[in-house]
Amino acid sequence: MAEYILEMNHIVKEFSGVRALDDVNFKVRQGEIMAICGENGAGKSTLMNVLSGVYPHGEYSGDIIYKGEECRFRRIRDSEKKGIVIIHQELALSPYLSIAENVFLGNERKKNGIIDWVETRREAQTLLEKVGLERENVNVPVNTLGVGKQQLIEIAKALGKKADLLILDEPTAALNDQESKQLLDLMLQLKAQGMTCIIISHKLNEISYVADSITIIRDGHTIETLEKGKDDFSEERIIKGMVGRELTNRYPKRTDCPIGDVIFQVKDWNVYHPDDSTRPILKNIDLQVRAGEVVGLAGLMGAGRTELAMSLFGKSYGQKISGQVLINGKEVEMGNVQEAISQKMAYVSEDRKTYGLVLIDSIKFNMTLSALRNFFSRRGIVDQNSEAVKAEEYRRRINVKTNSIEQVVGSLSGGNQQKVVLAKWMLTQPDVLILDEPTRGIDVGAKYEIYTVINELAKAGKAIIIISSEMPEIIGTCDRTYVLNEGEIAGELRGEEMTQEAIMGAIMAHNNRKGEL
Amino acid sequence: MENAVKNQKKVNLSLKQYGMVLALIAVYLIFAVITGGKNMAPMTVNNIIMQNGYVIILGVGRLICVLSGNVDLGVGSVVATCGAVAGTLIVDYGVSSPLAMLASLAVGLLFGAFVGFFVAKLEIPPFIVTLATMLMGRGICYVILQAQTKGPLPADYTWVSTGFLPTIKIGAAADGTGGVYLICLIIAAVIAVLVVMGDIRGQKVAAKNGLPTIYTWQLAVKDAVIIGIETFFFYKLGCYNGIPIMLILVAIVVAIYHFITTQTVAGRQIYAMGGNAKAARLSGINTQKVFFWVYANMGLLCGLAGIVLSARNASATPKAGDGFEMDAIASCYIGGAATSGGVGTVIGAVVGAFIMGILNIGMSLAGFDTNVQKIVKGAVLLGAVTMDLLGKRKKK
Repeated sequence: MAEYILEMNHIVKEFSGVRALDDVNFKVRQGEIMAICGENGAGKSTLMNVLSGVYPHGEYSGDIIYKGEECRFRRIRDSEKKGIVIIHQELALSPYLSIAENVFLGNERKKNGIIDWVETRREAQTLLEKVGLERENVNVPVNTLGVGKQQLIEIAKALGKKADLLILDEPTAALNDQESKQLLDLMLQLKAQGMTCIIISHKLNEISYVADSITIIRDGHTIETLEKGKDDFSEERIIKGMVGRELTNRYPKRTDCPIGDVIFQVKDWNVYHPDDSTRPILKNIDLQVRAGEVVGLAGLMGAGRTELAMSLFGKSYGQKISGQVLINGKEVEMGNVQEAISQKMAYVSEDRKTYGLVLIDSIKFNMTLSALRNFFSRRGIVDQNSEAVKAEEYRRRINVKTNSIEQVVGSLSGGNQQKVVLAKWMLTQPDVLILDEPTRGIDVGAKYEIYTVINELAKAGKAIIIISSEMPEIIGTCDRTYVLNEGEIAGELRGEEMTQEAIMGAIMAHNNRKGEL
Repeated sequence: MENAVKNQKKVNLSLKQYGMVLALIAVYLIFAVITGGKNMAPMTVNNIIMQNGYVIILGVGRLICVLSGNVDLGVGSVVATCGAVAGTLIVDYGVSSPLAMLASLAVGLLFGAFVGFFVAKLEIPPFIVTLATMLMGRGICYVILQAQTKGPLPADYTWVSTGFLPTIKIGAAADGTGGVYLICLIIAAVIAVLVVMGDIRGQKVAAKNGLPTIYTWQLAVKDAVIIGIETFFFYKLGCYNGIPIMLILVAIVVAIYHFITTQTVAGRQIYAMGGNAKAARLSGINTQKVFFWVYANMGLLCGLAGIVLSARNASATPKAGDGFEMDAIASCYIGGAATSGGVGTVIGAVVGAFIMGILNIGMSLAGFDTNVQKIVKGAVLLGAVTMDLLGKRKKK
């Protein structure tokens, strides 16, 4: 038997014509921790779904060779039987069931079809010891634990399935530093006991810490594999592999775009959690955006960026909201989305499928949805002619790749869906646009096109705010950026000052200041 | 000009849209064979409308609920209560028929607003709220009627469900038998012209805007089928008593709701909400308001159905309307509406109601046992929806 526990050869996977994975090849050694790195949308999660049988054999092409034999998984259960267990980004725990029940969810300890509770609790206790949670009571509901501990429960659950190959998809995304450290140390400890792990993470410092080898994926291709001790493991080196091209190529230049007067201003904005009126989410936010200016909102996950955008946009988030919003120098009240639209504000949500589009309806239907009342109707009756004409005009203008505006949005690729959402908000003729993760999960070509549209909007004198977790995107597209941390503005950077180091520096400094208080 | 015509993209007529119409014809023809043509008699054709008017009215209201992604279980009870109020006002208090009808509509609207308040403002799941109105409505109905049947109702009330449009008859024999009511023929001809004109206009608009047009021969076949059905229908009505008032009422309701769902902002908002409520809210749609009006509207149509039903029976009975919610919802789903919301048409629901109606009458004429009838109806509902969904899945 080879030293490799897993080989993936020539994996190709398409989604309605778009190649998410294109000839992916890599090998994992027995007992190592391999990291898979790549930008958002590079195909990491898709790859793991292929491996774990979420996409059954036949929906992809290529070979999976595990422990020396070719595997054709038809469902997750097949891969789990072989000892491949995936822990997804979103926790797969049932919140009101006990820890013990969750640990053996889908893998119940039973005798003759009847659950053996004694065995369940006893084994759950043993598994908790293995992941460092021996002090938890296995009978309490799992939602009484923090996210970090819940993530460890997920690992206990995987161990309960007798995993030989553990796949962790962004396991630390929702964890704080201390919790992350604990989880990474657990991974090292499991490795010492012979476990093989694949970890997907954006946090490059964590990868350098745990990984023995790093496979880099870009635009659905495997680019290279770096080995510990042989290759450079620095963050710069990994980023180079992930990005693989000069940053200037990725962001079209904005020329002839004069920056005018302040048209959007927020003063002393405070927002509390929608379910907990004592928990502040945003504190004393002040910001302003000028006509023709593109301003970034950088920050880590959970910094409150989306919450800020949504609370500004017709109070769609939070409670006990206080502060002032000025548009074109006048203070405006926006109690709901309809009023925000009338005040010429637009918000492109980070989650287009849940909050942006009606997937079962046509491109035309979606494009005109927000502007219908103000621009495409008279006395409540829709002017279908002008609606079709405008939708067609925008389809061409922002290059939605489809034959007809009657095509159902759900059948489009992510990039084209995002263009439809953009068109929807452009049609409301806003002065202020907030774009929340405007290029999440879409391919590089479509990203470029979206940046071009953003530039056009800026040239037309709109005030634009971009929220993005990809720092290069903020640096590449924005004139200026605010750094948000824990619901507060931690800093403001403009022009050349904007670097990844400076943004991270602002966050660290803010954390330190808070620590001193 | 010629060039433009040549460059025009041609597409096939989407048959899917008309699948249920074909099913309707098939069901009708099958029963024509089983009953030896009895279901083609003028009186039977007339009864399809008379007996199913309320199903169509409720089906339309129900469709709006289904489009918004919700259910209404209380329909039957509310219909009975509305009829009971009208009947009691007339029989016990001597109120005039028009006022009693208004009262019925008002009670329906009140019920609807009640449901709407709980669903929209307090965000209680519609399933629970309407389960409550189903129980409460039935109880209120029994209380109002003191568990008795109120009747008979006067002629100017029952006219709604039993009357005919006064008109001239042509080609009748000297004794008054035979012949056809002229108005029916005129209506048949007008509809034929409208159908053809509508398609011609649609093609022109499409061509002008550079959108694909449909093959002309396919449209011709489609129009021929539709005109054939409606001419047959109106001819048979003409051979009986002419145009029932019920038909006019139903036609007005269908026309109004067809217009609302296809041509208005409100209609668009209902579809958007059913398709994705979160996206609809962030697109500037006041989902609470839409919810409220969806249920208020359902109540109003229950009031109308209450009038129609009590008028047809010439009395108000506490058991009236039992199981109506099932007929109404079956019509929607047979007509292609999706249980998850956001998909469906008023015309589809009407076709669905006709399929149920033709089934009911056909099975009665063929002498099916009432229990067997239920089995058949259940099977048809399941079969229709299964085929619809399987077809959609294949397309993906």
